Amino acid sequence: MAIHVEHELHGRRRGRNRGLGLLLAGFVAIVFGLTVVKVIALGDAGKFESFDHVARPQLEPQPEAGQ
Amino acid sequence: MTDVTLQPTGQEAVQEAELGDYFALFKPRVMSLVVFTALVGLLVAPVPVHPFIGFVAILCIAVGAGASGALNMWWDADIDAKMKRTARRPIPAGRVQPGEALGLGLTLSVFATVLLWLATDALAAGLLAFTIFFYVVIYSVWLKRLTPQNIVIGGAAGAFPPMIGWAVATGGVSVESVLMFALIFMWTPPHFWALALFVKSDYGDAGVPMLTETHGARVTRNHVLAYTILLVPVAIGLGFTSIGGPVYLATAVVLNLWFLKGAWDIWKRTDELAIADNFKVEKQVFKVSLYYLFGHFVALLIDAVLRVGGV
Repeated sequence: MAIHVEHELHGRRRGRNRGLGLLLAGFVAIVFGLTVVKVIALGDAGKFESFDHVARPQLEPQPEAGQ
Repeated sequence: MTDVTLQPTGQEAVQEAELGDYFALFKPRVMSLVVFTALVGLLVAPVPVHPFIGFVAILCIAVGAGASGALNMWWDADIDAKMKRTARRPIPAGRVQPGEALGLGLTLSVFATVLLWLATDALAAGLLAFTIFFYVVIYSVWLKRLTPQNIVIGGAAGAFPPMIGWAVATGGVSVESVLMFALIFMWTPPHFWALALFVKSDYGDAGVPMLTETHGARVTRNHVLAYTILLVPVAIGLGFTSIGGPVYLATAVVLNLWFLKGAWDIWKRTDELAIADNFKVEKQVFKVSLYYLFGHFVALLIDAVLRVGGV
């Protein structure tokens, strides 16, 4: 009698794992897509730099000459 | 779960769930109605939404609806097991453990609400959270086993999606979104009771008070007519708001006359007549009620398309 290494239960688990993998990949794609859309919606992508919590002197208004 | 389930024990083995069993927890049929009405609410709003944002918003609303379905199945597992129609659902059939449904429902509820908030605005997310709360706590936990009016108040949960769609687009609530809510809210009781009149349910055995069983068919027939009469001004009134138009108004007049005629026919009948022709009229009116809601929302969509096209 042939020994079946794979049980029907393993097939079911594989289906679940693949489904979960696809869902996680879909979630990553959604977050990435949302990020792209929100950044583009800013108009000037440079504005996005102000959200990264890092001091960027180039974003500060420059003092006028003579002051 | 472990491989221990491979070993027969003599007792009925606990099955390990397939992906489809988890999906069944989400009540896909209910989800499809939610997605459709939320999509119409979003598309007829006067503020355009970026297609991807709109897609994510509808996905969140669908996931939220599915999550509330899972929580409903978790709570109602005991009565589902007693009724033929629901005995094969994943939890009573033993394919999904109650704790799994609870965990999945809670996780996805939070997930859908937070993602909708991040993608759109706090109002839309708040409305989604309230809808889930309403369906699970107000309807499932509190009212369903308490009063035969459960379907009236519980119907509000199914009425919120177009309001959420509208909030996604506009960031607010307006007379249009309130009337879309009211349309579904007032439609649910006659739709459901028309069905309850001809479906032999075993709600009574499960201890759920349905109007047909607590008050009988005569009172249910009265209720169908009364709620349909109350529904008509709501449906016609929506046609005079900014999202109404000639297509909607014409459709609403025809569909309301049709539904009203059906409700009148149901009211006129006696139980003896209904049994004699195997509930022919009740079944017909139930079908009409489905066309009724679908027709109204499609008409809103057509008028919105015509407005965009400058017609």
